[in-house]
Amino acid sequence: MPAKKPRLAVFKFASCDGCQLSLLDCEEELLTVAEQVEIAYFLEAGPADTRGRYDVGLVEGSISTPHDAERIQAIRAQCDSLVTIGACATAGGIQALRNWGDADEFAQHVYARPEYIRTLATSTPIADHVKVDFELRGCPVNKQQLLELISALVWGRTPRLPRQSVCVECKRRQVVCVAVARGVACLGPVTQIGCEVICPSYDRECFGCFGPKEYPNLISLGRRYQRDGHDTAHLTRLVRSFNGYAPGFRTVDKVLAKNNHAYDSQNPSPPA
Amino acid sequence: MTVLPPSPWQTIPARVRAITPEVPDVTTYDLELPGADYAFRPGQFNMLYLAGVGEVAISISSDPATPQQLRHTIRAVGNVTRALTRLTAGDTLGLRGPFGTAWPVEAVRGHDIVIVAGGLGLAPLRPAIYHLIRHRPDYGRIAVLYGARTPADLLYAHEYDWWQAADIDVQLTVDVGTPTWRGAIGFVTTLLAQQPLEPARTVVFTCGPEVMMRFVATGAVNRGVAAERIFVSLERNMNCAVALCGHCQFGPSFVCQDGPVFAYANVRRLLLVENL
Amino acid sequence: MTPAPPPGPPWWMKKPALQTLIDRLRADGYEVLGPRMADGAITLAPLTNLAHLPRGVRDDQQPGRYRLTMADDGGYFDHVVGPHSLKPLVFPPRTTVLEVLRVRDGWEYRTPEPPQPKRAILGVRACDLHALAIQDRVFLGGAYRDPEYAARRAGLFLIAVNCSRSAPTCFCASMNTGPAVRGGADLILTELTDGFLGVAGSDRAAPYLAAVGERPASPEEQAEAAAIPQRAAAQQTRRIDPTTVHDTLMNNLEHRRWADVAKRCLSCANCTMVCPTCFCSTVNDVSDLVGTHTRRQRVWESCFNEEHSHTAGGPVHPTTKSRYRQWLTHKLATWIDQFGTSGCVGCGRCITWCPVGIDITEEVAAMEGGRV
Repeated sequence: MPAKKPRLAVFKFASCDGCQLSLLDCEEELLTVAEQVEIAYFLEAGPADTRGRYDVGLVEGSISTPHDAERIQAIRAQCDSLVTIGACATAGGIQALRNWGDADEFAQHVYARPEYIRTLATSTPIADHVKVDFELRGCPVNKQQLLELISALVWGRTPRLPRQSVCVECKRRQVVCVAVARGVACLGPVTQIGCEVICPSYDRECFGCFGPKEYPNLISLGRRYQRDGHDTAHLTRLVRSFNGYAPGFRTVDKVLAKNNHAYDSQNPSPPA
Repeated sequence: MTVLPPSPWQTIPARVRAITPEVPDVTTYDLELPGADYAFRPGQFNMLYLAGVGEVAISISSDPATPQQLRHTIRAVGNVTRALTRLTAGDTLGLRGPFGTAWPVEAVRGHDIVIVAGGLGLAPLRPAIYHLIRHRPDYGRIAVLYGARTPADLLYAHEYDWWQAADIDVQLTVDVGTPTWRGAIGFVTTLLAQQPLEPARTVVFTCGPEVMMRFVATGAVNRGVAAERIFVSLERNMNCAVALCGHCQFGPSFVCQDGPVFAYANVRRLLLVENL
Repeated sequence: MTPAPPPGPPWWMKKPALQTLIDRLRADGYEVLGPRMADGAITLAPLTNLAHLPRGVRDDQQPGRYRLTMADDGGYFDHVVGPHSLKPLVFPPRTTVLEVLRVRDGWEYRTPEPPQPKRAILGVRACDLHALAIQDRVFLGGAYRDPEYAARRAGLFLIAVNCSRSAPTCFCASMNTGPAVRGGADLILTELTDGFLGVAGSDRAAPYLAAVGERPASPEEQAEAAAIPQRAAAQQTRRIDPTTVHDTLMNNLEHRRWADVAKRCLSCANCTMVCPTCFCSTVNDVSDLVGTHTRRQRVWESCFNEEHSHTAGGPVHPTTKSRYRQWLTHKLATWIDQFGTSGCVGCGRCITWCPVGIDITEEVAAMEGGRV
């Protein structure tokens, strides 16, 4: 007996729409979803009622313009429960790379008429602006986790969104560790589970699409990779992708620089 | 073909007979188990299950002499316990149990019994209190020392007179009083310190927050009660309840199987280690 | 499980006879699994042909590092233990323990019939046989027993191989769990230069040995075979003293080394996942949106995960320090209190497959010598 039929809205900020598409991608389940929840606002799926209150707001995208920063406050006030979906909403997304550069300069290079562009100097996670109740990680989000979230809302329970490492799922699937067996710098040990370990299953390293796990020990993992000869700039770029601005990943450059310093002082002449 | 053991995860249906609000956020659920042959000992727990939500370990809070009138007193704090609040009389849920060790009410016949409880910790002790009342002449002096946050949080308040009438010394204390509160204010350990007791013939049963139980046990030991005759009920993450899942380990113990009731002497050292 | 019968007399067989063994087992309905090269490692996978075995392949194992090297010649079993143990075959990483169906006036709870696959495992090492015996105690030795484990365990036919070398991460000799196979297998093989020496470890293995054995092994061949695991044992440099480790750890629960290892530990759970004895699991509900059908799914869990020690008042083990201490003390100390054996068989997988190469033998050594 479901608690009640929740009224759901999907809002978009700076993003590629891929996470909203994940919802539409639930083809088989979509009709059931539509029976169980009232989708009151979902531009990607067509026009709908834009007024009123919502039990649940799913928010895709990051805050990157002054207008975004105002709009998210209004949305928060409209929604009883606010859920961020995807790396943009939870961590600022790939566009948060501007946080380490000069947004104005980028605009000069990219746009023919940069004076029309009104943007903030940073791209920031929704949680930097308003209180967020649940986070669905990933670039894009995982369809099963999305259904788990909706199912939990329908059944009035807390969604099960584990915060453990990608390694746990690699091992459950008996995937051979690419870091240990290939010497590849893999972010699995510091990245949250949820992606169904697609990359390691295809012999590739984890790129951290689901963001930092609970207690991501970048210091120790970074030190290991640095000692194995991985280039600090490469490691920084690896961490600074979709979730680079996530708390836990944000300071990777400082962590690695500090490691380098400690390494140098311990080993006056490190091997080439 | 190999003969396979029965599944420890097999669940049986339980029907909600009555739901009684107790104190804020705390509710007692009366359950019946249609057709099940069921018995339990005071201090044991059941796993209660709601389909699509999950399972939770809950102490039994009713009289072991009438197992067909099974009661659980539950605070709505977690996933399953909050979902339980949506049940109404006549609904069914799943049940596995009973599991775990019991207050050793038989082994301590002839002794004085001091029961020290904090908050919801009174719930798993109530079956022991019922047992003691039922067999009152078999025991010496009996005291129930109970502390809660406020007078409104005192659990089972309507039963205290009955317990007193059965020659049990019921002493209450609260952290925060109200204008009408005439009882003690302060820790339950203070009540213990004020209790007259003969250490050599005293047994202590305590349940409440772990830090409270540590102070109660230390206080009792300081009064001369042997650690072997002090019993505590520990809480850990009980997931399977049958010592197969590993979650509830506490040093060498599986709390679901070797506990929840432990002799303080057996856990004293490890209880002092932080985050163990 | 019942103790293995005393080993029968040793037989000598030609190397290609292994193909006959595989064929006969398959003819008798067994799926045969054995060491196969895949994804840069020696994995445990189905095989049908002798050519599938990683002949001449050696595994270089160091803390946090595993690499294969090939040689043109060499034996079928020159490698040591790979990332996969027998654990997932008897304790699947993901399984359903209860089906819950909506019925007219409530719910119906159904225990699924566990599968009973017949599987023959070729090339099982002494440490993994000990690990299986330890898991038998965990899953079948207590008041409540796991029916799926029982079903899968009963279907195993185990063909053990004595290790001809040790990896630098191996320490089974110190744990008294290897490298020589002392029982617990149906058939025990030792790879000689130009053949195998085979010993039956169970009654049901006798017909197989009779089919592949060419002649009784000569005293010289027996001596050669006996020397092989001894040589492997002598290569081991890592060790844990099983007689003192319990008290070493339990008397040092506040040792500063726990905080030190917590700085290096990623709490990624790799050690527990590759460990052939770690048995922690969680049962979760997986339900359809309509709520008519729920599976109670059991998945591998780890004491390094926050969810593992969750209580209403917060996790019991909130820090990496407390989680690492839970793991190591359980594995090497309190396991003995619980099950009468250590939880460690010295296979070294936790050392090799730790991404940052934390070495449990080193952590124990750091705590020997008293309180700090």
